[in-house]
Amino acid sequence: MKTLSDFLDMGGYAGYIWPSYVLTFLVVVLNVVWARRLLARSREEARRRLAMRSGGGAAGTGGAGGTAAPTQAGEAT
Amino acid sequence: MSWTWFHRLGSPPYIYNLAARLTPWFAWPAALLMLGGLYDGLVLSPPDYQQGDGFRMMYVHVPTAYLSVMIYTTMAICAAVGLIWRIKVAHAVAASCAPIGASITLCALVTGSLWGAPMWGTYWEWDPRLTSELILLFLYLGYMGLRSATEDVQRADRISAVLAIVGVVNVPIIHFSVVWWNSLHQGSTLLRADGPAIATSMLIPLLMMLLGFTLFFVAVLLVRLRGEILSRERSASWIREAVTP
Repeated sequence: MKTLSDFLDMGGYAGYIWPSYVLTFLVVVLNVVWARRLLARSREEARRRLAMRSGGGAAGTGGAGGTAAPTQAGEAT
Repeated sequence: MSWTWFHRLGSPPYIYNLAARLTPWFAWPAALLMLGGLYDGLVLSPPDYQQGDGFRMMYVHVPTAYLSVMIYTTMAICAAVGLIWRIKVAHAVAASCAPIGASITLCALVTGSLWGAPMWGTYWEWDPRLTSELILLFLYLGYMGLRSATEDVQRADRISAVLAIVGVVNVPIIHFSVVWWNSLHQGSTLLRADGPAIATSMLIPLLMMLLGFTLFFVAVLLVRLRGEILSRERSASWIREAVTP
């Protein structure tokens, strides 16, 4: 039966194995954090732009990308 | 035959909503597979007859190395689709791939180096496999640098797409480097004509990790893609609906 210290020692490779796993864990977690932060920031920015525009009075002046959506947006509100 | 499905794939609001709906379906299986693979790989699978417990490096090195190449290929294909058919969403996917790919490539290089140290007696060697993987990192960084240096998004899309497409020549070089040249790096274990050269008890956690990392990439990509679409489509009116809490 393997003890915990045997497990942590990794047959003498602990100094290589654990840093690799920690780094990989960090890269995975940071990717999730960065992606969520990017999305949150883009939403915030878009919201601010919309607020500025509705302050000016003219909503729905979008370009080509906006032509498909007005009816959808109208239904939702 | 109807082409509406294809046109819908080029529609930012459709992709934005689809990405939001799909994310949990990739994220949760990814987390479960990676945790399961981690436990199986570190605890359950037996030590290797040559490398002892050192082989457990495989469960983080192989998935990240595979992802580094897979993400680049995805990025180059999307960049090409965006360039040829002028599909904005395809460019947005390519742009979203780059930071994920760069961080994963760095991880593959460092874990490989930490594996090489005890097994080869060196952290780094200008070996074909290692060098081509390092070039991959520079391609990602070059792609990102080019994008951030170009202010106009459409221009950035076009220029960076050309770099991504040209750089794809490095992908077969990475894969076949261990065949074409005399390399320190071992040959392919999984993709072999005579089938995987690995015991089942070691293969199962590896496959769990490979699938888990792939799903993880898709989940992170979908989140980044939504952010990318939002920042590109500021003026489109569907955004009001998307950002209203």
